[in-house]
Amino acid sequence: MEKLSFGQKPKVLVVGAGPIGLAAALEFSNFEIQTLVVDELSEINRASKAICWSQRSLEILNRVGLAEQFIKKGSTWKKGRVFKAEEEIYNFNLQVEAGFKAPAFINLQQYYVEQFLIDKLKEFEYPVLRRGHKVVDISLTKDNRALVQIEHDQDMYKVIADYVVAADGVRSTIRKALELEMQGNYFDEQFLIVDVKVNRSFPLERKFWFQPKFHDGQSALLHVQPDNILRIDLQLGPNMDPELELDEERVRARVNKILGSDVDYKLEWISLYSFSCKRMQRFRHGPIFFVGDAAHAVSPFGARGGNGGIQDIDNLVWKVSSVIKGKASRALLDTYDEERIPAADENLLNSARSTGFMTPKTQASVDFREAVFELSKTMPFARDFINSGRLSQPYKYIGSSLVSEDDISFCSDGILPGQSILDAPIFIGRNQTWLIDQIANAFSLVAFVDEEKTALSIPEYLDEVCGQLDLVEQYLVVTSKRLNGTSKKFLYDATGLAFERWAAYDGTIYLVRPDHHIAARWKETPTILELKQAYRKSISL
Amino acid sequence: MNADDYLTQINNITDPDQFYEDLIQAHDGLSANQSQQLNSRIILLMANQIADNRRLKELITLAKMSLDVT
Ligand SMILES: Cc1cc2nc3c(=O)[nH]c(=O)nc-3n(C[C@H](O)[C@H](O)[C@H](O)COP(=O)(O)OP(=O)(O)OC[C@H]3O[C@@H](n4cnc5c(N)ncnc54)[C@H](O)[C@@H]3O)c2cc1C
Repeated sequence: MEKLSFGQKPKVLVVGAGPIGLAAALEFSNFEIQTLVVDELSEINRASKAICWSQRSLEILNRVGLAEQFIKKGSTWKKGRVFKAEEEIYNFNLQVEAGFKAPAFINLQQYYVEQFLIDKLKEFEYPVLRRGHKVVDISLTKDNRALVQIEHDQDMYKVIADYVVAADGVRSTIRKALELEMQGNYFDEQFLIVDVKVNRSFPLERKFWFQPKFHDGQSALLHVQPDNILRIDLQLGPNMDPELELDEERVRARVNKILGSDVDYKLEWISLYSFSCKRMQRFRHGPIFFVGDAAHAVSPFGARGGNGGIQDIDNLVWKVSSVIKGKASRALLDTYDEERIPAADENLLNSARSTGFMTPKTQASVDFREAVFELSKTMPFARDFINSGRLSQPYKYIGSSLVSEDDISFCSDGILPGQSILDAPIFIGRNQTWLIDQIANAFSLVAFVDEEKTALSIPEYLDEVCGQLDLVEQYLVVTSKRLNGTSKKFLYDATGLAFERWAAYDGTIYLVRPDHHIAARWKETPTILELKQAYRKSISL
Repeated sequence: MNADDYLTQINNITDPDQFYEDLIQAHDGLSANQSQQLNSRIILLMANQIADNRRLKELITLAKMSLDVT
């Protein structure tokens, strides 16, 4: 797909074609910004890595038209079952509520994710993906751009980029070249990750065992993946001999005990991992932005690594794009740290707690955990203390300098400023679609209409606002009734779920950012001046 | 919801994970004896918050029943 028509001076250089770098390049393409993506590997890595992708990640990828493909290929699992020894203590349902385009979670191998992202990139004119190109050094030019040294086929060349997205993973070359570090905790527990291909389908559920007899009392996890592949995740303790543990016969003996002797399987991939919970002090260094594992590393319990990284680029790309287009000041770029560092901390906290619960270190933690398990069997309150992973959630940028104070007449119902939007089924004419399909990747106004007379007056108001605010490109009107002869921008909320989830009344207005987080909202239609102020705040003006 | 539900069915703590972490961390670096003492003191302080004798007795009974030694 080589068609680098802009010399060696891309606006944005993305280093790393993992899921996060690729998602960044796609999102930039959506904003019509040129990117060059380089990855040192000549092809996609087949190793066992991420499998669980969250609703929020799917909604973000929906903006580049990928959600359908992910959902179609992925395994949608809804049930999580938790065992103590061989006894099921409880189970939970992930998908309590219907009425969302994307399910709460799907499982899809990371290599499929990367393949789908790459296929999509080819549909855009701008991005260029160069495989087998390794970044070896980076420095800043006098005019604050990035000078990047790249090695390819034993040759070296230089690229000068206005911005660099460092998505080069947990061992980031760029981080090292800049002499930056990640700080946090390292867990000395080793985990054996085995992907096996089975000859029959398994129930679409996640099973987690604490202290099962089949695995010497350590924890074990079983997940389903597409193509009849199972992910088995076994805690091995701290003092393991890697060579011994990777021995196929030994692995098979362990797998047999979980699957039972009647299941035929093929070993797909075996690996050993240990995990850290750590992050860089800041993610932005001049024109260089660290995203995904390059910026922060978490343990995999909770699926917060990949999903957290997708949220990074969701936050970053519209900001950089707006600045490149000259529509926002560079001050907006500082808010990447402001918004994403607390998000990383939330992920770190949760994944550290899960890891802590799985690997109790003190006698007190062993005792309390035992009490929790025993009480859980008859007293459901205790189940909330059991921590086999707290699954990734969309971060809420509440209190961010870009986000306006909430209108108190909402009584904190609906979607708070800073939170990401909530989907709902809606109708255009007779056709059902989804709210997330209708909101562009630009600033948008979402208005709610319950009365005929508001339906008549509100388009003029919204047109005027869109005309006055540079980046506000779109408005939508969600109506509680089917209105005759209305324009394409009228969406009929037949189920009432949009009104309910957005806590809307007649005349309610939400200002939605390009990343589909709420910048501000008003229960009753605000003056244009009020809207303008909220908009200016949301781009750091 | 009946009174028993409130005791055992629903976790009423605002942030259970935070509480659990605080509880476990409080024991870090303590000897076995100190840990026991810490637990005893926490229980007495919490009991003082619950205050009601009837409910305290219920809780003690529930905990003991689950131990299977009555
Ligand atoms: C066993 C396991 C299970 C996991 N499960 C989940 C899960 O269920 N859900 C989830 O969300 N997350 C999960 N994760 C975490 C997830 O895999 C990572 O968070 C994710 O891969 C991060 O993506 P990334 O693009 O930031 O980095 P990476 O995927 O590491 O990609 C970095 C890329 O940069 C390239 N690169 C590195 N250095 C250079 C260089 N100098 N020049 C050019 N290219 C370079 C590499 O070749 C690589 O392609 C799991 C991780 C593991 C190990």
